[in-house]
Amino acid sequence: MRVPLSWLREYVDLPAGVTGRDVAEKLIRAGLEVETVEESDLTGPLVVGKVLTYENEPQKNGKTIRWCSLDIGKDEPQWVVCGAHNFEVGDLVVVVLPGAVLPGGFAISARKTYGHVSNGMICSSSELGLGDDGTHGIVVLEPGEATPGDDAIELLALRDDVLDIAVTPDRGYCLSIRGVAREAATAYGVALKDPADLDVNGNRSGGYPVRVDDAEACSVFVTRTVTGIDAKAQSPRWLQKRLLAAGMRPISIGVDVTNYVMLELGQPIHGYDKARLSGEIVVRRANAGEKLMTLDDQTRELDAEDLLITDDSGAIGIAGVMGGATTEISDATTDVVIEAAHFHPIVIARASRRHKLSSEASRRFEREVDPLLPRYAAQRVADLLAELAGGTILADETIVDTHALPEPVTIRADHAARVAGAPITIEETVRHLESVGCTVAPAEHGARPASLAAGVHSPALVVEPRAGAATGGGAALAGDDLITVTPPSWRPDLRDPNDFAEEVIRLFGYDNVPSILPPAPGGQGLTVSQRRRRRIATALVGAGLTEVVSYPFIGAADFDAMGLPAEDPRRTTVKLVNPLSDEEPSMQTTLLPTLLRTAERNVGRGASDLAIFQTGLVFLPKPESKPAPLPSVAQRPSDAEVQSLYDALPDQPLHLGVVLTGSSTPTGWWGKGQPVGWADAVQLARTVATAVGVEPVVRNTELAPWHPGRCAELSVDGKVIGHAGELHPKVCQAFGLPARSCAAELDLDALIAAGPSSITAEPFSSYPVAKEDVALIVPAEVAAAEVEAALVEGAGELLESIRLFDLYTGEQIGEGKKSLAFALRFRAADRTLKENEVADVRQAAVQVAVDRFGAVQRVG
Amino acid sequence: MSGPNTQYDPVEVTPLHAEEVERTRDEALKAFAEAADLAALQEAKVAHLGEKSPIALANREIGALPPQGRKEAGQRIGAARKAINEAFAARLAVLEAEHEERMLATERVDVTLPWHTPELGARHPLSLISEQIADVFTALGWDVAEGPEIEAEWLNFDALNFQPDHPARQMQDTFFVEPAGSGKVLRTHTSPVQARSMLTRKPPIYVICPGRVFRTDELDATHTPVFYQVEGLVVDEGITLAHLKGTLDHFVVSMFGEGLEARLRPNFFPFTEPSAEVDLKCFVCRGASVGNPDRPCRTCGSEGWIEWGGCGVVNPRVLQACGIDTDRYSGFAFGMGLERTLMFRNGVEDMRDMVEGDVRFSRQFGMEI
Repeated sequence: MRVPLSWLREYVDLPAGVTGRDVAEKLIRAGLEVETVEESDLTGPLVVGKVLTYENEPQKNGKTIRWCSLDIGKDEPQWVVCGAHNFEVGDLVVVVLPGAVLPGGFAISARKTYGHVSNGMICSSSELGLGDDGTHGIVVLEPGEATPGDDAIELLALRDDVLDIAVTPDRGYCLSIRGVAREAATAYGVALKDPADLDVNGNRSGGYPVRVDDAEACSVFVTRTVTGIDAKAQSPRWLQKRLLAAGMRPISIGVDVTNYVMLELGQPIHGYDKARLSGEIVVRRANAGEKLMTLDDQTRELDAEDLLITDDSGAIGIAGVMGGATTEISDATTDVVIEAAHFHPIVIARASRRHKLSSEASRRFEREVDPLLPRYAAQRVADLLAELAGGTILADETIVDTHALPEPVTIRADHAARVAGAPITIEETVRHLESVGCTVAPAEHGARPASLAAGVHSPALVVEPRAGAATGGGAALAGDDLITVTPPSWRPDLRDPNDFAEEVIRLFGYDNVPSILPPAPGGQGLTVSQRRRRRIATALVGAGLTEVVSYPFIGAADFDAMGLPAEDPRRTTVKLVNPLSDEEPSMQTTLLPTLLRTAERNVGRGASDLAIFQTGLVFLPKPESKPAPLPSVAQRPSDAEVQSLYDALPDQPLHLGVVLTGSSTPTGWWGKGQPVGWADAVQLARTVATAVGVEPVVRNTELAPWHPGRCAELSVDGKVIGHAGELHPKVCQAFGLPARSCAAELDLDALIAAGPSSITAEPFSSYPVAKEDVALIVPAEVAAAEVEAALVEGAGELLESIRLFDLYTGEQIGEGKKSLAFALRFRAADRTLKENEVADVRQAAVQVAVDRFGAVQRVG
Repeated sequence: MSGPNTQYDPVEVTPLHAEEVERTRDEALKAFAEAADLAALQEAKVAHLGEKSPIALANREIGALPPQGRKEAGQRIGAARKAINEAFAARLAVLEAEHEERMLATERVDVTLPWHTPELGARHPLSLISEQIADVFTALGWDVAEGPEIEAEWLNFDALNFQPDHPARQMQDTFFVEPAGSGKVLRTHTSPVQARSMLTRKPPIYVICPGRVFRTDELDATHTPVFYQVEGLVVDEGITLAHLKGTLDHFVVSMFGEGLEARLRPNFFPFTEPSAEVDLKCFVCRGASVGNPDRPCRTCGSEGWIEWGGCGVVNPRVLQACGIDTDRYSGFAFGMGLERTLMFRNGVEDMRDMVEGDVRFSRQFGMEI
């Protein structure tokens, strides 16, 4: 809502000298979101001039300029060049003189042009910052409106500040000068001159016939008729100026007046050309298949839920949203039927959304308009049409009114103080409620306070407020006395006790509420999962990785680039109805595509050795996707309903993604470096597991996007928790990454859940260690981890540790074989091991490997 | 000669003459003193202290002396040996020290050289600030609550008093999950975690909920469709707006420094009533830039206050939908955008830096924020 300060001043007696910024500050403190204050940068001299003479002078460029002499109230005439032709000798015009600055910072000086020295210029509407008035020429004042030499800045109120207010959904009444004026009056503690407080001269009947078929959707419908208007009359400049300042374009007198009244009072108005109406106006829901061409020349298919204004010809408007083209006021219109109605906010909100049509009217109806306004607004429009377009107001008036005004609400007199925890007296409470327009009275004997939530009466249980909550001390009423508050007609948002509390507290001043830190009962700190996630991140950072974030949106192209087969479960995704991009309609089922793209971006920006990680949810649809229910909010949903809410959602486990590229050890003065390899990725996955106390089982597997021979599957207790290894060459290519880039993806929720609940310390032996090396030749396809597991199994509890220290393939052992050398350490808890004991255990270990894999001990 | 002189010879043999012992001793001392390095000293040791050295031979002759002469000769030889041993040890110590010094000097390196083990990586600052905020509130005894990102519409909107056709619901540009009417959305705020907390916990409830949220904004310097919020919720007996202010003041001090405070400005949110915007006293100029053109403040635009988030007393309708007894309990809630917080707190100028995943952005922060 754009509010020119001059318009506001008409209804609020603001202190002299108060600027737009001052008013904005006050309104912000009262809870209006004033987004900007436009301050005019115009400076004079800007005066009224009377055209004394002019010569038309055709120019070589085809234009004809006028060389004019003007009376600007001085002894000598002022000579200027003017390009416009919409004035005659004797007209009053606005003249800007050298030294002035026009809006936008245009400095004016005497300058030579078209063979003359022009001492200033005659101004158009847009040059004065008033916007385009549609004349394509200069501003011509009314005869007698001013005398030559008058200050035009003051005359036209050109230096007007405009407040731009973002009106929150609960404050629909502030989509009007009237509403903002009310707030300003309260903020400054001055009286409000209510623009709706005007004499209605209608006689309540006999107006244009109207039938309302849906009283719930349309609870008030008022019409007035004005006859004999001159529809071609131009709106007066003051009206145009206000419309422009408020952000609307002047169109014609008929339209401008309805817009003006809407801005002033907040009541949307529709004007019909009476001659183009046929028969009774009927307000009803649309029939299937009905169509309407709206004022914006679009033919719209109507929905059965749309509320329509109709006549014998069919639909003539979508109620509260936009009128139809057939009954529109035109230059030929003489008689106007004015509609001022009250529509249900939800009906209008739905229609507006359905037709993707947000109009000035629908924006107001959606936020609900004062239901008492229509009659006054219709009168105001009629008055202005009579005054400005020469119409005659008919006393006949149609009033359909079934609107129920808001019920009074009974609340504790100290409710606001208790909500605020501030010493707001009951006297203050009543005063503030009255200043927003409420009527306040002591509650009748035996009344009970309204429930805080649902408008039902609550039991009399009263919990004493904690420290900081003060009870008020009004003279007539005590804290636990009840008051009955009736909200004003323009505040349909005031329904619950807390709504009234907010009004009181904002006027009391949020700054005046004390600051008290509430003591919470003892907590238990982070959860196990939260702690472990931090440890994992710390371990990854310790290993040199950098955390990144990216969006979770992916598409089929990502899966193709990853080389996922058609049946891969990761291709089954949760999709969005309205994705940012049609190429990425899905929520990620794996972190790798976005992480690989992030890696690509980094590589593209010159990062050569890259080690990045990301944690994030993946979204795994359930086999049977059920819609989530929408239980009533009147009470807590049942446990079963809550469960069905949770069950309807996809599984959303937390994953970790890692991408490595470049070198793991760079080449340097120490020697040759080492490129990143599958083993780095697998080792990182192990590091992450170790960070949360888990020792995963690792085995070879084949899974896209990894290299089929270089992919490790990690599992814990038989459950797969992730994969790591070198990426498939095609995947590196598809994502623009260097060959042999590596990646890992782990299910952190599963990994973290597998961590120990607590760890018990074991004693350790102080007897000497016995070291034995074992080299075994096994078939090449046998995994080292399996051979190690066999040795561990065979060695039994005397084995303290085992480590693979050599891997050999080559001629010495023959094709299809490999030699694995392990260093074993044995130690007993209670004695020094004897040589023969060690030899026996060693042999037992080897024997399991021999039996299991046909391993042969390598000698020498 | 091998073995001691077993013959009884009353005549002192030459090696035992006092002068001869002194000469032997002096020669040894001289040889040690002249040994230039440990190898030379070792040679001198063999010559003067070894088995065949004059002093060793002399020592063996003692037994051949007549008993009356043995004592004196023994003392003389013993004194000489002691002197030679001491001289050796002293010279050894000197030469070893010299040797070590020389060796260490030759082993000097340039410690500014890089090494090949990886440098520490970095956390993303959004993670760091989330964790810092979680720490501030866990220190107060609050829990850190979490929820899913695909959320039931009921939890994201209805339970929070966003009525189906209310304009407030349209203001949050929502991503809807297929099929249309699935009742599922990408959560538009962390507030559904409030609803979940109330549905699953019993008061008193003190929770802080950091998390990622989604709105259908286009990415530009100040907007991103995917962003992070932190939300706080308290439900307890007798909770008031004053408690909200106290909590926000504490939060401001914890994140921005002593002496700062929060300011509330009335506003509208469906899930709180009364509602307010939270401003934070500018932690850079502390208000000194207001009306002071000589000292403009970039952080607050010389306003003295920085818009930080929204807050309010939990609307009893929300409590009711979540099964909290509104006659007994009241609550407050607040929420802030973490990107915005980083922008003004840490001078991040462009939202895109936070979401593009350029490692150089995270690496500026390392593990601190």
